[in-house]
Amino acid sequence: MSLDPITLLAIFGMALATYATRLGGLYLMRGVAMTGRIKTALDALPPAILMAVIAPTILATGIAETIAAAITASAALLRLPLVAVILTGVVSVVLLRMVLN
Amino acid sequence: MTVMSRDFRQGFIDTLPVIIAAIPIGLLWGTLAAGKGLSPLEAGLMSATVFAGAAQFVAIELWREPVPWLLLTVTVFIVNVRHILMGASLSRHMGQIASRWHPVMMFMMADENWAFSERRALTSPLTLAYYAGLTLPMMVVWTTSSTIGALVGRSLGDPAAFGFDFAFSALFIGILAGFWKGPRTGAVLGASAITAALAKLYVPGAWYIVIGGMAGVAVAAILYMEEETP
Repeated sequence: MSLDPITLLAIFGMALATYATRLGGLYLMRGVAMTGRIKTALDALPPAILMAVIAPTILATGIAETIAAAITASAALLRLPLVAVILTGVVSVVLLRMVLN
Repeated sequence: MTVMSRDFRQGFIDTLPVIIAAIPIGLLWGTLAAGKGLSPLEAGLMSATVFAGAAQFVAIELWREPVPWLLLTVTVFIVNVRHILMGASLSRHMGQIASRWHPVMMFMMADENWAFSERRALTSPLTLAYYAGLTLPMMVVWTTSSTIGALVGRSLGDPAAFGFDFAFSALFIGILAGFWKGPRTGAVLGASAITAALAKLYVPGAWYIVIGGMAGVAVAAILYMEEETP
């Protein structure tokens, strides 16, 4: 068990940054009307961010990752439980890497 | 049984499937963290204080020696900017709860308990006990499983050998499916994916996340305008 000072600083910074975003909603957005185009745009933010996080992995890593992502998406759209979707992705990427590499 | 313990129990029962799903994800995250050199104590501390799965996976992805603490802090902020919107929405349902608890509730807010709270607020007022039932067991399980993952992770070796490195992408694909509302969602996701992949190649750091996210939001706003014109 060890605690590195720079690691601790990173964890503290990340915790503070995260808490700022959580508190921010409580105070900053008070009084902003959530209607019409603003609401539509804000509704799109969570999926757009989630997609942006994984896009480099699934589009720009290799053909095995891209195909595995497509298979995983099919499992997800079939409404399989989250754990089954993850297993589908992991198993397909392992198999595809074996076949394609 | 008092109303308080009944509400707590209901929150716990509602979130139980998510808690069970979080165990392997926490173990996986801890394994990846150990692979980057974090001790079990450091991994557990991060899970308890940051308590944001997506941000923690991104942070571990960027983790290297020397630890880029400022990049990590800024990146985690960007990944978690959605909390501002979630919190703004949730605050509309917190009227029944004493305001001294609001900052505490916000500290514990994550995607899952936020979604359950919003759903609960559709039918009955949100109580502190219900919110605690949603959140406290999840925090304990997330912190414990990620610490255990970091403890055993060192003996598991390279996560890529088992395809574990892809589990995070698979998890997000699974969550994304819940946001699907038709072709318009496809346009948002396509814009976000292509822009983010290009930004990752040409822009240093983790800005690709916010650049891709903004592209998706812009497409959503543009499509709304088109809908308005007859």
